Amino acid sequence: MVAVPERCGRSGPINLREACGLLEMPWPQAGRPAVPHESAARHVAGSALYIDDMPEPAGTLHIALGLSSEAHADITGLDLEAVRQAAGVVAVFTADDIPGVNDISATHSHDEPLLAQGRVSYHGQPVFAVAATSRLAARRAVAKARISYAALPAIIDIAAAQPGGVMVCAPMVLQRGDPAPGLAAATMRLGGEMRCGGQEHFYLEGQIALALPGEADEIIIHSSTQHPSEVQAMVAAVLGVARHAVIVEVRRMGGAFGGKETQGNLFASIAALVARATGRPAKIRPDRDDDFIITGKRHDFLLSYDAAFTEDGRIEAVAMQLAARCGFSADLSGPVTDRALFHADNAYFYPAVRLTSQPLRTNTPSNTAFRGFGGPQGMLAAERLMEEIAYATGQDPLDVRKANLYAPGRNVTPYHQTVSDLNGLALVEQLEASSDYRARRAAIRAFNAKSPVIRHGIALTPVKFGISFTATAFNQAGALVHIYTDGSVQVNHGGTEMGQGLHSKIIEVVARTLQVPQEAIRISATNTGKVPNTSATAASSGADLNGKAAEAAALTLKTRLIDFACRHYHLKPEQVRFTREGVVLGTSVLSFARLAQAAYGARVQLSATGFYATPDIHWDRASGKGQPFYYFAWGAAVSEVAIDTLTGEYRLLRVDILHDVGQSLHEAVDRGQIEGGFIQGMGWLTTEELVFDAKGRLATHAPSTYKIPACRDTPPDFRVALAQGLAHGAATIYGSKAVGEPPLMLAISVLHALGDAVASVADYRSCPRLDAPATPERVLAAVRRLKDSGLGP
Amino acid sequence: MRDAVRFMLGDELVRVSGISASLSVLDWLRGTARLTGTKEGCNEGDCGACTIVLVRPRHGRLDYRAVNACTLLVGMLDGAQVLTVEHLADGARLHMVQQAMVDAHGSQCGFCTPGFVMSLYARAKQPKSERVDAAEALAGNLCRCTGYAPIIRAAAMIDAHEAPDQWDRRSKETLARLEALHDGTTLCLGDGDTCFMAPASEDELAHLLVQHAGGKDAGRPTLVAGNTDVGLWINKKLMRLDPIFWLGGIDSLKQIAESNDHIEIGAGVTYSEAQAKLVGLFPETGALITRIGGVQVRNSGTVVGNIANGSPIGDMSPLLLAAGASLGLRRGEHRRKLALDEFFLSYGVQDRAPDEFITHVSVPRLKPGAVLKAWKISKRADQDISCVMMAVWLDYDGARINDIRLAFGGMAGVVCRARACEARLRGGPWTRQTLAAAQAQLREELQPISDMRASAGYRLDVACNLLERLYIETVERAPTRLPDASLA
Ligand SMILES: Cc1cc2nc3c(=O)[nH]c(=O)nc-3n(C[C@H](O)[C@H](O)[C@H](O)COP(=O)(O)OP(=O)(O)OC[C@H]3O[C@@H](n4cnc5c(N)ncnc54)[C@H](O)[C@@H]3O)c2cc1C
Ligand code: FES
Ligand code: FES
Repeated sequence: MVAVPERCGRSGPINLREACGLLEMPWPQAGRPAVPHESAARHVAGSALYIDDMPEPAGTLHIALGLSSEAHADITGLDLEAVRQAAGVVAVFTADDIPGVNDISATHSHDEPLLAQGRVSYHGQPVFAVAATSRLAARRAVAKARISYAALPAIIDIAAAQPGGVMVCAPMVLQRGDPAPGLAAATMRLGGEMRCGGQEHFYLEGQIALALPGEADEIIIHSSTQHPSEVQAMVAAVLGVARHAVIVEVRRMGGAFGGKETQGNLFASIAALVARATGRPAKIRPDRDDDFIITGKRHDFLLSYDAAFTEDGRIEAVAMQLAARCGFSADLSGPVTDRALFHADNAYFYPAVRLTSQPLRTNTPSNTAFRGFGGPQGMLAAERLMEEIAYATGQDPLDVRKANLYAPGRNVTPYHQTVSDLNGLALVEQLEASSDYRARRAAIRAFNAKSPVIRHGIALTPVKFGISFTATAFNQAGALVHIYTDGSVQVNHGGTEMGQGLHSKIIEVVARTLQVPQEAIRISATNTGKVPNTSATAASSGADLNGKAAEAAALTLKTRLIDFACRHYHLKPEQVRFTREGVVLGTSVLSFARLAQAAYGARVQLSATGFYATPDIHWDRASGKGQPFYYFAWGAAVSEVAIDTLTGEYRLLRVDILHDVGQSLHEAVDRGQIEGGFIQGMGWLTTEELVFDAKGRLATHAPSTYKIPACRDTPPDFRVALAQGLAHGAATIYGSKAVGEPPLMLAISVLHALGDAVASVADYRSCPRLDAPATPERVLAAVRRLKDSGLGP
Repeated sequence: MRDAVRFMLGDELVRVSGISASLSVLDWLRGTARLTGTKEGCNEGDCGACTIVLVRPRHGRLDYRAVNACTLLVGMLDGAQVLTVEHLADGARLHMVQQAMVDAHGSQCGFCTPGFVMSLYARAKQPKSERVDAAEALAGNLCRCTGYAPIIRAAAMIDAHEAPDQWDRRSKETLARLEALHDGTTLCLGDGDTCFMAPASEDELAHLLVQHAGGKDAGRPTLVAGNTDVGLWINKKLMRLDPIFWLGGIDSLKQIAESNDHIEIGAGVTYSEAQAKLVGLFPETGALITRIGGVQVRNSGTVVGNIANGSPIGDMSPLLLAAGASLGLRRGEHRRKLALDEFFLSYGVQDRAPDEFITHVSVPRLKPGAVLKAWKISKRADQDISCVMMAVWLDYDGARINDIRLAFGGMAGVVCRARACEARLRGGPWTRQTLAAAQAQLREELQPISDMRASAGYRLDVACNLLERLYIETVERAPTRLPDASLA
């Protein structure tokens, strides 16, 4: 007997305004930002709904996946009888039970089965699915499977895949001029390699999908995805039905970071398969360890560079090869490795350059999108090059960076796009001054000279990040806006909310356009039935694209209302003005609601769609030429660290960031993206280490072994400023700039500050060449290498 | 005997019976009580998304503790008040802690947020003088979105403000209601398939253990103290445990007894409860305890549980080995005392009979002139398992090492003393030469493994370097600590 208590506290969602208004603020009002995240009050009250919080319809089945225990093998026997007989099990599914296509490859490369058929290609690949009456029963049943394998040779890491490795897609080459003569005739030249690790997304809400079967072939999927339209397409293909039969809805995600751009397809498709076959609602929520093991991560790279430069550190020619571990299938590895090349210049001009990608197939989970999408790895190569040149020429790395920044006359990228807004130097110099970089660097050197064990380091690195999907077609968005006769406004758009504050920004856009209070606007759950054929919420473009689409819809409605008002009240268009106090109609003022009511009475359509396609962009991958980016986002950071030369442990002491968000649509959201992105990037470069064993098994498959930054890793002194007055040529929504991804790469300054501290043990005469992630172990190894180099004091 | 666990859920007295012994509080809250504000992020105690607050009477007042609901069994709620994120708002008004999180922009995706709110709430319930640094209080909560800065700002806003909430206003009544639940009866909770027992006395536990060891058909009992280890066997390995004997109903095991030359920490004492005493005994090891798990783990996990699990990477065992601690064990009516050195036999094997349990660990006070130092090295500073943990008890007179005990975690299949190295150091002058010899000895003596936390080579290098740190700290006295002292 179980006593079920009444639901405690209040059950309904707490009204944000009501809540904020009622509680007398105990802290000073000054500096209290006006607008919180649109869901903030529900987040803190625990009433924000995530998929697993939704009441389960009666009869809901729970799904668990049976995973491959081999990295590469033929399946020689699949005995699932004991699984079928296990307590609570209702049905078991294998590849043979898929009515449509057994493929969920996002880029249509037909290399990613939903369930393995005959062969497994990585450890952890789903082989079968169990549907049971409870999640525990399904998880227990999975363990009863007997699968036999005939092992095939497995390629686990980049080294094993290179050279002559098999690639998951065609590599890309970016070339401007020919670096070969410059390299051959160089006064100074150096080459080297750098490794950087991958990164697990560790979205706090794991992958999840709930499928609700409808009549005939209809099905509704609640999916934690950044790309509802793709989930819709995958589910339709797997079930063998038309897309119009499938509705995908996303209220919000508990974090995504790229990990739910394609990786949700698997879970949604499995849930749909089970729901279709059994006629019962079906839910899948893998355990966190399985989520780690099954899904793809940020690509790890082996970056090789060769550069010629002048004695004062100016680059003359560069050749780089960027090799990536892509995993068993293409997924988004093509565009990811492309973007790595697009950012292998970071903010620097390469007079003659050739960059090549190497997207290598390995028997590991299929690596995927992750905030920055290859850009961070490309930038690491550029920044390592700056560091190498600084040590080779005996300069402050900052001076080498400044000497190579894009500048007038030196402003064409390796992909032949001209950098129009040359904001790099202004930004760097402003930060150099505001952070007191030079004086602090001198003080650190003085400190280090007297401190045998603890050493400090400092570094300033810039970021230039290209904004737009490099697949030009994705740069489109739609929105749907309804005005109701009480004056409330419902907005739907193609973007998804994963915490990045997209909905908060869209509310701001519509509020500004219609001049209604934010409370009057509600963003409904993203739904493929409302706005179709959407792009993933990715590439930092969510607000740029959907904001413009929502604005377009709102403007259509506004125009209709103005037309109506002119007709109805006999006014000229310039006599109708939308203001926060109401709609000014000549000499009188009418509330927005009254105007809507009147327009309705006159049979004016109060619902409109909006559409936006980014102008001026084009890209030809084959020739490596075009204008892939609408504009660039800029930023720079200074980090100061302390390391312990006995153990390799370190602390981040202070961070100064100056970042360019254009005219901010939502300052609190933008600051949040900057701080959060920085810390996430720092995790990637420091403590987050993915370890695969020789058999391709992920050894770090839970937060107990995979360490994302914790609270005390945030620097005690963290100064973030939004850059003012920089050039911004593109006509973006209200002059804002994308901010989702760029700040992550500001954390490269942490890696270089650690390097600076390490270099102190050899009197700054040897390049520390710290690979990432710079775990305490790698820091200590670098300290040893430099001490052993004999260059020390 | 009682067959229902009784606790207060918010303001409501709840009796639950007929459930599986291993049902977690998280699953019960989300599934049965339909309080879905508490989230599951990892189901293994590492992320804090499932943080709830347990309120229990302590020294005549209410004691608020943040704990992870995923590694807590429903039976362990007996006699407590459970507060979840749904219980904080007062009608339509957000709690001050929640409002601070809104105003500081402490949430982005919001999934970690209820856990942070509850950790901040528990912290706000500590008397101001006892409130730890916000970053320390939040070390057990992971956020992937915000980078923590706004949450730390929210904590500062909360600190600047003090106002009783609806639970404070009801505290007398709650105290009385909770005390009334403490009736000294044994709880026996089960669904006919598995059984969770909370014996009310040591005698009863001793008796039950012997009884179950004898009976042929009876399952092998699993002792549970804080369930921070056992919970993972349940959640991750899906182990079926029956019966479970929980120590939390036994008052006598929750005591810390002090005498002139030692203290005795009972098997039911959590890290949090032992912390002040241990720091008092060994002032130089204070930072270590704040780096075992996060607050939630320390509020549940016990010191004795950390020894009993025999883990080679546990942090308390090296510390207590170096301190020269011993264990009290009991089997039926038979009690024995065992030096901690002798408890760890080999990997996964300890000197404890299946029907025997640890009653306490006895920790000697430092003699004048001696120090105890402990250093934990891990990939991440907070809530991480050590790759190397070194504890050293040193009696050094400024010239010679009179005596030394050197204990390591992470350097072998069990936590161990480096006896040969100790022998090298004992009685000799404490010089760089001695240090070098001791380091060479250490390299011979220890054979760590390589795993995802660290390589064997790094572990050995660090162990040797920690000896050097000891030398620098005791002889050369150059700074060896990273700027944040709390990290030691
Ligand atoms: C997120 C997280 C972080 C952690 N971080 C750390 C860390 O930093 N350092 C560290 O050392 N550990 C860490 N741990 C491990 C764990 O917290 C400790 O080992 C803890 O001390 C165990 O105590 P407990 O009371 O929870 O034990 P339980 O889980 O209840 O029991 C542990 C084991 O001891 C046995 N046992 C318990 N009491 C007795 C007794 N009286 N007599 C005989 N056997 C008994 C149990 O049967 C079981 O085998 C962490 C755990 C988690 C989940
Ligand atoms: S769910 Fe992560 S700590 Fe409980
Ligand atoms: S707000 Fe998303 S994890 Fe914290």
